[in-house]
Amino acid sequence: MATADKPKYKVIGTRPVRHDGADKVTGRAKYGADIKLTGMLYGATLRSPHAHAKIKSIDTSKAEALAGVRAVVTSADLPEQGDRIVELGEGAANMRHLTANVLARGKVLYKGHAIAAVAADNIHIAEEAIKLIKVEYELLPPVLDVRKAMSAESPVLNDDIRTESVGSAPASKDSKPTNIAKHFLFEKGDIAAGFAKADVIVEREFDTSMVHQGYIEPHNATVFWNTDGKITVWLSTQGSFSVRQQTAELLKVAISNVKVVPTEIGGGFGGKISVYLPPVAAMLSKKSGRPVKLVMSRTSVFEATGPTPGSHMKVKLGATKDGKLVAGEAWIAFEAGAYTGSPIGPACMCVFACYDLPNGRVEGFDVCVNKPRTNAYRAPGSTHVAFATETLINEICEKIDIDPADFRIKNAAKEGVRRVDGPVYARVGMVETVEAIKNSEHYKAPLEGKHRGRGIASGFWFNCGLKSAASATVNPDGTVSLLEGSTDIGGSRTGIAMQLAEALGITAEEVTPTVGDTDSVGYCDVTGGSRVTFATGIAAIEAAKDIQRQLIARAAMIWDVDASKVSYSDGGLHGPAGKHLSFKEIAAKLHGTGGAVIGRGTSSEATQGGAFGTHCVDVEVDVDLGKVQILRYTAAQDCGTAIHPSYVEGQIQGGAVQGIGWALNEEYWYDEKGEMRNATYLDYRIPTCYDVPMIDTIIVEVPDPQHPYGVRGVGEVPICPPPAAIANAIYDAVGVRMHDLPMSPPKLLAEILKKES
Amino acid sequence: MHAFDYQAPTTVAEAIQLLAKHNGTARPLAGGTDLIDQMRVGRFAPEVVIDVKKLKELNVLSVDADGLHVGAAVPCYRIYSDETVNSQYTALADSCHIIGGIQIQSRASIGGNLCNSGPAADSTPSMIALGGVCVITGPDGTREVPVESFCTGPGKNVLKPGELLVEVRFPTRPANSGSHYRRMIPRNEMDIAVVGVGASVVLDASGQKFASARIALGAVAPTPLFAQAASALLAGQPVNDETLDKAATAAREIASPITDMRGTREYRIHVTGVLVKRVLQAAVARARGEDIGYCRGH
Ligand SMILES: Cc1cc2nc3c(=O)[nH]c(=O)nc-3n(C[C@H](O)[C@H](O)[C@H](O)COP(=O)(O)OP(=O)(O)OC[C@H]3O[C@@H](n4cnc5c(N)ncnc54)[C@H](O)[C@@H]3O)c2cc1C
Repeated sequence: MATADKPKYKVIGTRPVRHDGADKVTGRAKYGADIKLTGMLYGATLRSPHAHAKIKSIDTSKAEALAGVRAVVTSADLPEQGDRIVELGEGAANMRHLTANVLARGKVLYKGHAIAAVAADNIHIAEEAIKLIKVEYELLPPVLDVRKAMSAESPVLNDDIRTESVGSAPASKDSKPTNIAKHFLFEKGDIAAGFAKADVIVEREFDTSMVHQGYIEPHNATVFWNTDGKITVWLSTQGSFSVRQQTAELLKVAISNVKVVPTEIGGGFGGKISVYLPPVAAMLSKKSGRPVKLVMSRTSVFEATGPTPGSHMKVKLGATKDGKLVAGEAWIAFEAGAYTGSPIGPACMCVFACYDLPNGRVEGFDVCVNKPRTNAYRAPGSTHVAFATETLINEICEKIDIDPADFRIKNAAKEGVRRVDGPVYARVGMVETVEAIKNSEHYKAPLEGKHRGRGIASGFWFNCGLKSAASATVNPDGTVSLLEGSTDIGGSRTGIAMQLAEALGITAEEVTPTVGDTDSVGYCDVTGGSRVTFATGIAAIEAAKDIQRQLIARAAMIWDVDASKVSYSDGGLHGPAGKHLSFKEIAAKLHGTGGAVIGRGTSSEATQGGAFGTHCVDVEVDVDLGKVQILRYTAAQDCGTAIHPSYVEGQIQGGAVQGIGWALNEEYWYDEKGEMRNATYLDYRIPTCYDVPMIDTIIVEVPDPQHPYGVRGVGEVPICPPPAAIANAIYDAVGVRMHDLPMSPPKLLAEILKKES
Repeated sequence: MHAFDYQAPTTVAEAIQLLAKHNGTARPLAGGTDLIDQMRVGRFAPEVVIDVKKLKELNVLSVDADGLHVGAAVPCYRIYSDETVNSQYTALADSCHIIGGIQIQSRASIGGNLCNSGPAADSTPSMIALGGVCVITGPDGTREVPVESFCTGPGKNVLKPGELLVEVRFPTRPANSGSHYRRMIPRNEMDIAVVGVGASVVLDASGQKFASARIALGAVAPTPLFAQAASALLAGQPVNDETLDKAATAAREIASPITDMRGTREYRIHVTGVLVKRVLQAAVARARGEDIGYCRGH
């Protein structure tokens, strides 16, 4: 569905075969764990069995003595970091916390926390050796509940954390350590006056459980520390340059001594940005003089990487009886996990982001608990708050008897609207996504049958720009080799190649994209924030323009005319008196006219306008079992311009499915000791193909003026609406409002039985 | 994983000798779909793994005057592909369709499912409902144990060191009988039973009254349970909601589930009743020769 007159593109909007397709479907693509090097050792990691404890001593002597063991490391082998904050592209890191998360220092803060690692001739010896390491612990009470962690009586996890305030008064320097690492406060208008104008006010409390990204490929790293001090890291990551920097900082070596070679990646969704294994494998390699490979088990991935936080939220909304939102207030507490760093900031910014809210107040807390340190997960923080706001919106709609789509259209954020946290929107497509749903065959179709219901919900994600670089070499046969540094999680290399092809007037197949290592391409920020197709796309377009300029100079030389008389369009060069050289023709002449033409481009200034999505879902509830079946699902999303529509659809479908899993069954299930009892894919229930129907997609195109072709990132928004849309559908089906994620069968059944009695 | 030896005897006598010789440090391997994973994660570390798939007696799948014989190593796909099992011991076919996917069903045996002795094993309630009897051979000869008495706790059973489960034997099915197994799982596939219920019913000639019934429950106690009282009260009763509700209530009474990541205690007790009723309805329909509209395998 095009909402604006679209320029006529040749490549953009088509669906060429992806460049990495053959390798992926034949199983030849190399992922992190496929790396095998001559003389390579295998590593294993000793992890804490306790959620909270002091480490009194570590004795590695028996492990070191085992035949076949080549190196053992603990945090004592990693340099002290002191109190340093390092900017890592998408967010900053406290190095003291980062190193303690990589290998525990003095204290373990969650079950699964890495303590020591061994490199041995094979994995079996390494695992055997791990069991020989003796650790003496002094157990501390685990802190597992976000609200209890905030109380003054709670045990404190980190002695160096004091509340850092954003938007409110800073804590004094000599204040006591606390679990509340951050406090956010955003205000707009006058909420008391706003609520006074409301005819209807709803206020509810919501809880969501910690959930994992659930990528199929576990974390991995293979590292060789050469005798010349050069360190090479092979791994699957969302950001090779970020891994380079984190590894260099953690090891205190120059970044130029670290080369990161990204492999193909089996999913990340925000979870493969932070480093866990590279510095450990590096130290094992340094000590043994051999390359060392570390691969996490699934249980370690759950217990010791970066899931998204559980939360407790209290949200209040007020509206007039003719359906205008007048005020909103939110109190949001996120489980940061062991160290500060939950996406509480974005959550506070997103909670009312879909709406034109005249008066608002949002307060947020980043709270340490004895669970793994949380990390980004697809639109980090936005899904939690969408669950709250979007169910409240429907409750208001019911109270004032207005169609939930109409209410959303009436109150939608649009160009010129200021969010509660400050920024003013450029041209955005919230209204268009709701209209797309309202006009969809799905929304118009009657829903019949017992215990069936329909729900809709919207969602927002900022999308970011950040820094990207690309270079492109023209080959003599008229093709182009494109080198870019954005590791490809969702088909981005093809999307970027298509933009280069469009800019040069050649076909997508005539471009061969490669994701380079950190020594071969210019700096690229992480593949995250839905930024790659946007920003690395701009870099590729800039590289194409650079190629055009150089080709114009060559043609001018060949034709012996002034360069100002030559232009580039429609895939070729045009000179005076009808002179013409196609791209292919000039490519063949490069060797004789000065050699290689290499275009280069960067992007660093451009920012994105943000993206919205609205979803519609039909469910059927088995009221005796509390089990929800998704019958039909349609997702509409503003994608700016869909470069490769199949990938856009794939992203929307994937995000929606992850949101469905989060809504219905996914959760970190902790016992009172702080052990996650379901750290396998048997009991951590991501949806299977039997649990979701085909997700229908409606691509809405409201071009982002900040990109030459109007691209908006698409990867993150689609995870935001599903939990609320499903909660709304459940209410429509059986009349109970769910405020607690996941809406698993035991919880839903309990609500249904409560209502019946 | 630790290093271990592998043996593949070709006679039961040899297998038993090997098992007895290693006295507790050897483990039989049928499909390996439980055992290999358990060894990989370090839950078991047997010194010797004794492959029982080459034993003729453990691969029997036949019907004679004693009823149905299912060798302990017969994989699920053979069981649900068998005409007699499908038409007469239908609950067992239901279970075998549920266990894992096609790859797992091609290896996994009901002997392994039973000997692994998980409280949520999907074939055990069906075997109890169908009146299965375990035929066990050991150094002291052969003995028989009803399936409901086989498991003694999570992962524990009556097998003594050196003993091997050879087959499970099921009595001949009477006329007007039907059976069914189903489970509650939060997803629709790739999950472990939160509650599983198997039932077999025999109706009178009119098809309106229960002659007898056997109900078995999974995942609601340390072992799969034979719901004796719930089964007994059905005899002679008319097939109606009231009767089924009585059975459901009686079944709930013997459920003693725990709260864990798979479900709360209250939830499991409630669902026990719901499934008992649904499973009985389906078994009755089958006894009457009706189609129950059940989509197998989930
Ligand atoms: C992906 C996957 C999905 C699964 N899904 C299900 C499911 O849906 N439902 C379910 O119930 N299970 C499921 N399982 C578990 C498993 O497949 C079943 O329990 C299966 O029936 C085990 O049979 P097996 O032949 O593979 O046993 P094995 O792994 O070979 O043996 C299991 C245990 O029994 C012992 N044993 C085997 N044979 C004998 C014998 N003759 N005498 C004495 N001891 C013996 C072994 O020593 C071992 O301790 C699943 C497993 C996997 C990997």
